[in-house]
Amino acid sequence: MATIYIEGKPFEVDPGDNLLKAVLGLGVDLPYFCWHPALDSVGACRQCAVKVYRDEHDTQGRIVMACMTAAADGTRLSVQDDEAREFREAIIAFLMTNHPHDCPVCEEGGQCHLQDMTVMTGHHKRGYHFTKRTHLNQELGPFIAHEMNRCIACYRCVRYYNDYAGGTDFGVFGSAAQVYFGREQSGTLDNVFAGNLTEVCPTGVFTDKTHSESYVRKWDMQFAPSICVGCAVGCNISPGERYGEVRRIENRYHGTINGYFLCDRGRFGYGYVNRADRPRKPMVRESGIFATIGVSDAVTRTRALLAGGAEVFGIGSPRASVESNATLRMLVGAERFSSGMARADAKATARVLEVMREGPVGAASLRDIDEADAVLVLGEDVLATAPRVALAIRQAARGKAIDMTRALHVPVWQAASAADIAQREHNPVFVATPQPTGIDDVAAQVLRLMPEDVAAFGFAVAHALDAAAPAPVDLPADLASAAAEVAAALKQARRPVIVSGTGTGFVAVVEAAANVAWALHRETPATRLALAVAEANSLGVALLEGQALEDLLGRIGGREAIVVVLENEPERRVSRALLDSALVQARLVVLDHQMTAIAARADVVLPAATFAEGDGTLVNMEGRAQRYFQNFDPAYYDRTIATVEGWRWLDRLRGGDAATENLDEIIAECERALPQLAGLASAAPGADFRIRGMRLARAPHRQSGRTAARADVMVHEPRATQDVDTPFNFSMEGYAGVGAYDRPPELLPFAWSPGWNSPQAWNKFQAEVGGSLRGGDPGVHVVHPGSARRAYFAAPQGAGTAGLRLVALYEHFGSEELTSRADPIRARRPASYVALGGVDAARVGAHAGATVRVAWEGGECVTTVRLRADLPAGAVGLPRGIDGVPPFDAGTACRVTVEG
Amino acid sequence: MSLRSHADPDYQRPLTRLIDAAAGPLELRGYEAEGGYGALRKAVRELTPADVQTIVKDSNLRGRGGAGFPTGVKWGLMPMGPDAGAKYVLGNADEMEPGTFKDRLLMEQAPHQLIEAMCVAGYGLQATAGYIFLRGEYVDAAARLNHALAEARAEGYVGRNVLGSPWSFELYVHTGAGRYICGEETALINSLEGRRAIPRARPPYPQIAGAWGRPTVVNNVETLANVPHIVQNGAQWFRDLGADRSSDGGTKLYGCSGRVVRPGCWELPIGTTAREILEDHAGGMRNGRPPKAWLPGGASTDFLLAQHLDLAMDYATIGNAGSRLGTGLMTVVADDQSMVAACRNLEEFFARESCGFCTPCRDGLPWTVKILREFEAGRGTRADLELLHKFTQWLGPGRTFCLHAPGAMEPLQSALKYFRAEFEAGLAPAG
Repeated sequence: MATIYIEGKPFEVDPGDNLLKAVLGLGVDLPYFCWHPALDSVGACRQCAVKVYRDEHDTQGRIVMACMTAAADGTRLSVQDDEAREFREAIIAFLMTNHPHDCPVCEEGGQCHLQDMTVMTGHHKRGYHFTKRTHLNQELGPFIAHEMNRCIACYRCVRYYNDYAGGTDFGVFGSAAQVYFGREQSGTLDNVFAGNLTEVCPTGVFTDKTHSESYVRKWDMQFAPSICVGCAVGCNISPGERYGEVRRIENRYHGTINGYFLCDRGRFGYGYVNRADRPRKPMVRESGIFATIGVSDAVTRTRALLAGGAEVFGIGSPRASVESNATLRMLVGAERFSSGMARADAKATARVLEVMREGPVGAASLRDIDEADAVLVLGEDVLATAPRVALAIRQAARGKAIDMTRALHVPVWQAASAADIAQREHNPVFVATPQPTGIDDVAAQVLRLMPEDVAAFGFAVAHALDAAAPAPVDLPADLASAAAEVAAALKQARRPVIVSGTGTGFVAVVEAAANVAWALHRETPATRLALAVAEANSLGVALLEGQALEDLLGRIGGREAIVVVLENEPERRVSRALLDSALVQARLVVLDHQMTAIAARADVVLPAATFAEGDGTLVNMEGRAQRYFQNFDPAYYDRTIATVEGWRWLDRLRGGDAATENLDEIIAECERALPQLAGLASAAPGADFRIRGMRLARAPHRQSGRTAARADVMVHEPRATQDVDTPFNFSMEGYAGVGAYDRPPELLPFAWSPGWNSPQAWNKFQAEVGGSLRGGDPGVHVVHPGSARRAYFAAPQGAGTAGLRLVALYEHFGSEELTSRADPIRARRPASYVALGGVDAARVGAHAGATVRVAWEGGECVTTVRLRADLPAGAVGLPRGIDGVPPFDAGTACRVTVEG
Repeated sequence: MSLRSHADPDYQRPLTRLIDAAAGPLELRGYEAEGGYGALRKAVRELTPADVQTIVKDSNLRGRGGAGFPTGVKWGLMPMGPDAGAKYVLGNADEMEPGTFKDRLLMEQAPHQLIEAMCVAGYGLQATAGYIFLRGEYVDAAARLNHALAEARAEGYVGRNVLGSPWSFELYVHTGAGRYICGEETALINSLEGRRAIPRARPPYPQIAGAWGRPTVVNNVETLANVPHIVQNGAQWFRDLGADRSSDGGTKLYGCSGRVVRPGCWELPIGTTAREILEDHAGGMRNGRPPKAWLPGGASTDFLLAQHLDLAMDYATIGNAGSRLGTGLMTVVADDQSMVAACRNLEEFFARESCGFCTPCRDGLPWTVKILREFEAGRGTRADLELLHKFTQWLGPGRTFCLHAPGAMEPLQSALKYFRAEFEAGLAPAG
């Protein structure tokens, strides 16, 4: 530690930090723009000027930029010095010369770092009385609006988008006072992390178009700590609601998962919550058509149906909470409960769980990946299946710059210097996948292999690391030498991470990744394993050990039965024929928040809450249980809406008392009934948690217009909904303090601190700036690595079969079920296609754009050919989840014939 | 532009001795016949790289680009030894300082001298490659340098195993896109790499992480041109040049422009007085108007007054007078010219040439220009006059990322100091 003196008072700080980070970490307000905790220092904006003194006798001092000055031991500085304050105000005056002062019509207003910093410097009078330069704006696609006139040229956008996120279609153009940040010409930003520009930009240049659709100020929204359900990474989000609609999603800082950044699917994909066609009232089928009924009527009738004598089965869901799935399991019994996953997915996910529990290697958090010095990706297209992981892998590659910079005794936080020093040097990232991955550009080596060969390659790497790990049979020589090279590089690493997952549908790929990690772990205990699973709660539902969907359907087998379907659309997972034959005589009770295909043919539809209208817990790919809190109560705005959590419906169907049930009791019951869920309760404080005797406010204390929110319905303001499940109030009432020492980090609905209205306010909640939240990052691990080393997985026998086989492809926009129902995501979703390598396309006589029929045992589709030169021979790539592509098992032999 | 003869034929003009503007630059054979590439032969065959560095250090050669930093010290920070890997020497030929045209003369009229200089410096630094970063508008210089480079390469002075030695040195002429900031050595490096021409933070100094992250030395063309002569004739010879006039040593390409009879550029002993340059070489002021103010060495130096004309044009003397020697090419303002207009003109240049990276420079310089235009039009305000004073602090050293804006403030702050009345005359009439 170093001692620095601020206004003469000593403070202990990390000498490896710059003064700005150190000063902010001490809670001192010092304005800044170009610096960002994730982007470090470049010294462009000159806003964080402070005065430093040579020693205690120096009264003159000199102005330096805090972000570009090391927090060296003995540094004496003054933030309050008059000359420094005058200069900081002057910087705002300079920035304002071309800023339009359009705060009243600017969507950043009220959450604007520029506003905050302007107020902080005390600049309130304009000395500039000349004309302002103006820019033309660009159309950047369905997610992000562009208003360049507001730009203060802090260079954060280009540093984030190009340097951090690896974007290539954005940049800074022009020079002097005409610098322009945008694309070469209008067009959709193609990087799938572009949405972070809306938070990285300190003012209103880049704003969220989905928010703009029905805009409301930050202070007028209601928030909740929430978890993204767009994939299994479990990014922490802060949804903002007004008038019963989610209006936008912002990042909720989590020091070991998402940090400051989300993917666009997670940020912009919430529109399914607001869809008009959602089931919002219980419905029963009468004479073939749905009739709306009351809640108690629905419960009574459904209970009668369940008690009618027919066997009751439950289809759970990897996109529903642990509580909902567990309650369903308790309702139908373990032997009649399905996880809702198709067999291949269920098998692979179960194998992931086994690897995580029985193996000695801990799960990698995103921060572990960020800081890895070598990464091997086996099979998984993480940019589509667990997108935020791809951004972390990119940081791992870039991390080489830190080592190279340190070696030259240059401060590692000098971002531009680090980039200059590193040039194109990267930490080794190896990618072995069937399809291009979006991180290939930072990879030291890219192998395009069929999934079986990915597995064989992985086994070979493991074998090269530890001869005791089984070697694959008949590995081609070029793969063997590549495996040796990868093994050598991994061996050199101090913090290697092996990334894989269930995406290929091949269990052997997961096993290969496990073997590599286990082999590596013998010498390198810091080895981590990141195994992507398909959906937000795949691991949580896997803990419940349900049967695969096909198996349960087989047991139902067309008999008379009652099937309770929880937030699941089995049509997306198994073939229609199998489903129809199994359920031909079944009566269906569907709980969901979307009008899915199976809901449309249900006998009873019970409207379930989305993440925004309910509480629950999800287990992410790391095995971390995370609580999401209800954002708003839709019934407050419309009393006829009856959406409640799946677990609440199911508890009532089990005979629970609606008057007394609450989340804490359900969780306690889950933990009692299912020991594997031990720890679930500690994912967040319970409903009785209070600060100074108070509940916590969901909305900013400045929220306005609550009394008028329902005035169009009735002039009387109804009593706010009483939340029995959480410590939050549905209003601005209650504890709003930010003295983060007494506020658990799980209970931070949005970023705000006095004087800090923008997402930069997260600084105020972190133990050290850019590090973990004070009190520890939210969530609790419910899956723990085994203590002893378990035996390696055996290598698969025999190579894959020849001929054309189906390979599962994933689209960042379109493969995920719920977000595909959101409008702006639909605009980015591709039409169905089949991807073929050049040789295979030629063999079947198909050119790019040709219409072909792809047929396999149990399914077929007619679609358009996309040529992908680097697909391995034999691969027939079909995108999962895209309209027109039915469910299929990866690896199935298929035929491709040209139509017409 | 041509080199004008000097009244005193006895002093040495090592840099321009071979220049005959009428005849054009010497071809390789002509250059060799005059002893050209002798310094390179001597260095490669007789001297170690350390010897070359020692000679340059002992000569006390100071950077001729404007900053006057000792070249030997700059070179001394370069990592040496067999494990140093790729290293670069860059010739800063992006001569864009207003009123400065000395490097152009050297490159157009003595291209081989620069090629040899790059090679000798490259040998002394054990560089693996060199680049002459040339201002894009210097079309003739580009053609002549490329021609000379081709001749030198064919002769084995450049390329693999220079003069049969184990040392290989590739040399390139790279033409810039015409940005003033490229004269700043780290912006030059960024531009050479194909990036935006914005300066880099120091440390790391280019000698540690320069072009493509490798150790790099950047020297001005005139600085480099001295190197072969120093290696050939010794450090003492160089220090003795002009020893009667200045302790700096060597000669300097001086020049004069503005309201003078014969604008031009002359190689003179360092420490020659400004008055000698103005009156003896530039023929004095045109139309007999007395000089009012003068910039000693480019737009980014403080104005001095007529009373300063008898000062020796060396680094310390001009520095002590409150300005900088800069490039050493004076610009003279006559007494009937407006200082407000002169400042406005200079600041327009600086505002346009700002790279746009840091706030005070990017946004402060256009503001400065707009205020000066108001004063020029007789619409100035007291508040804006005070702002101009403030700008000279806020855009000063340490406040901005590089020295572009502080340079821009030098003429303005001196004009405000010496000619405040002219600014006040630009105030709007009261009421």
